[in-house]
Amino acid sequence: MIKHLLVAVRVTLVSVAIFGFIYPLFMTGVAQLVFPWQANGSLVTASGRVVGSAIIGQLWTQPQYFHGRPSAAGSGYDPTQTGGTNLAPSSKKLIDTTRATIARLERENPDGTYPACEAHCAPPMDLVTSSASGIDPDISPDGAYYQAARIARARHLELARIYAVIAAHEQGRTFGLLGEPRVNVLELNLALEALR
Amino acid sequence: MTLTGWAQTLVFFLIVLAMTKPLGLYMAGIFEGERTFLSPVLEPVELLVYRLGGVRQDEEMTWASYALALLAFSVVGFLYLYLVLRTQQWLPFNPQHVGNMSPELAFNTAISFLTNTNWQFYSGETAMSYFAQMAGLAWHNFVSAAAGIAVAIAVVRGVVRSSCKTLGNFWVDLTRSCLYVLLPIAIVFGLFLVWQGVPQNFNDYRTVRSVSGFVQHITGGPMASQEVIKELGTNGGGFVNANSASPNENPTPLSDLVEMLLIFSIGSGLTYTYGRMAKDTRQGWALFGAMAILFFAGFAATYAAEAAGNPLVHHIGVAGGNMEGKECRFGVSASALFATVTTDTSCGAVNAMHDSFMPLGGLVPLVNMQLGEVIFGGAGSGLYGMIAFVVLTVFIAGLMVGRTPELLGKKIERREVQFALLAILVTPILVLVPTAIAVLVPAGVATLGNAGPHGFSEILYAFSSTNANNGSAFAGLGPNGFYYLMTATNMFFGRFAVIIAVLALAGALAGKKAAPAGAGTFTTNSGVFVGLLIGVILIVGALTFLPADVLGPVAEHLALMNGRTF
Repeated sequence: MIKHLLVAVRVTLVSVAIFGFIYPLFMTGVAQLVFPWQANGSLVTASGRVVGSAIIGQLWTQPQYFHGRPSAAGSGYDPTQTGGTNLAPSSKKLIDTTRATIARLERENPDGTYPACEAHCAPPMDLVTSSASGIDPDISPDGAYYQAARIARARHLELARIYAVIAAHEQGRTFGLLGEPRVNVLELNLALEALR
Repeated sequence: MTLTGWAQTLVFFLIVLAMTKPLGLYMAGIFEGERTFLSPVLEPVELLVYRLGGVRQDEEMTWASYALALLAFSVVGFLYLYLVLRTQQWLPFNPQHVGNMSPELAFNTAISFLTNTNWQFYSGETAMSYFAQMAGLAWHNFVSAAAGIAVAIAVVRGVVRSSCKTLGNFWVDLTRSCLYVLLPIAIVFGLFLVWQGVPQNFNDYRTVRSVSGFVQHITGGPMASQEVIKELGTNGGGFVNANSASPNENPTPLSDLVEMLLIFSIGSGLTYTYGRMAKDTRQGWALFGAMAILFFAGFAATYAAEAAGNPLVHHIGVAGGNMEGKECRFGVSASALFATVTTDTSCGAVNAMHDSFMPLGGLVPLVNMQLGEVIFGGAGSGLYGMIAFVVLTVFIAGLMVGRTPELLGKKIERREVQFALLAILVTPILVLVPTAIAVLVPAGVATLGNAGPHGFSEILYAFSSTNANNGSAFAGLGPNGFYYLMTATNMFFGRFAVIIAVLALAGALAGKKAAPAGAGTFTTNSGVFVGLLIGVILIVGALTFLPADVLGPVAEHLALMNGRTF
């Protein structure tokens, strides 16, 4: 056992050097060289300054912007406190919160609608549920269309122009197969800012 | 459920199927000491490790010596990580000035990474320095996975060798797993993940102000290099709290697919390695077949439950599948698939919050872990767990037909069955007894995140996960002294009691003579055997865990269908 322990100490030191230092430093070097934008957090600039990350969602509350999903990350969309609500489907708190979210969304979007819906439209599922990370950058296309009328009103723009922005930024499934169709909320809002 | 959702899973599975043989063949070569196309680059490093490590390359070990070497390595690895976590404040690569970890949390975390579990009672973004992440946790991700693979290979040698006392050399198997199997894949797919958007830097968290005036801190770190080995080594410990649900760790549907493939790769490849080393590849495909059937059954059940959605939410006016705790880019189907994959294996990374799954959607991950993670399974641990089930199945089949049971020409006798049963019984004992204790003491129910039957599910899930060295969680369960101690104990014995039992089994098998198969031999490479094997796995699981699972997820499902909330 003593013999094994001595080898264990030495193998630990050598392998920490290889896999704990050389490997991650090598990867960082290559990544910074080949994919510097992604390696540094996919930062997005608008009018000359960094306004966020293309892959990290943000908290939007003003009526003239597209809003993201409810977030359980800190006080909302805090990348240093990621996570979901972890509430059970049978949780009273979950159902009460969801009910309140639906009521708020219907108040904010009295004329909210989306292609698949006729007459009165309830908000789409993704807008009333909290994401897993709390920093989900996307909403469903339905979730974007649902908010379009409110944004058009707040910005004094024609609804068709808002629809055009959504259509231009819709991402389909990867290879038509993987994941779900979605739109990146920061992208949408930056496009809105560029409209005027 | 949609056609696209199923097509995605089918494509995923076909890729797994396609890579099983090449990877398995490659690994068989590695562990039979052959040179490979990477040898010109890696052999000098390998020899350097042996020289600096004081490893005698050609020394063969008995099962006991093999186990002792692994234990010695584990003791040192535990002390090393504990020390790093307790002193990270003063170590370099700490731009966020993260403080030292408390003794009880450092203890729990060190055991957790040592055992390939990666159960996390901390949040990576605030509790870990970059030093601790890369040189502490990611290092363990490599070596704990490699140790698992080493044990699996030793067990295979026990099955295929005859009249032999030894199972190989632990240090050589460990080193070759790390260098030839894990490292090349990690480099290639780590860079792939960076391309998809996973950060790889040593930057300070960056404060940004959006066009709306909203301020947030963009986190950083050497994430991709850790993310890739976290999946490949079926470790599962997230760089950040939200794990692979975070867009930092898993930014796109394509990165999601690759991460799932990495999780299954070693487990599926090793089935072929087993067949190859047994000189009968159908032996390996039989195990693969049993695993594949159980995988599809699990996915179908989870997907159906999640796609059906929450009737309580439908009742208040919103239709659709269950999106609580799921990401838009993955949706219901990719989340159900990831949850199945991560719990079939002992990975435990998550791309959605299992705590918010529908009761029956969450039941599948729970059952997968309770079956002992043998559906492709952890890096190495899946194969050696499955071989224990194979021995038990052969024994039961022998009893049914009244012949002496055999595995690859070797008689399975009392000693072999005892060791196999020991390996299999670790799971129910270490899941059910601590769960019973937890519901009886105040500390056990003090930190539950949910009430009613779901609260019980959180406890049951915690012990199923830590015992199976999975590490995924019904994360509403909060930490306290009771859980620090109980889960750490559980992870430790869940790992090492099983390893010692299967190594002892391998030692016993290696010493036996192999007789040629006769007309009365019950073959272990046929469809009948696959069916029997699945039957034994399910019966052992169902008999042992059914009552507990009924009290948790099934009770919650029935209550929920009747409109009850808690």
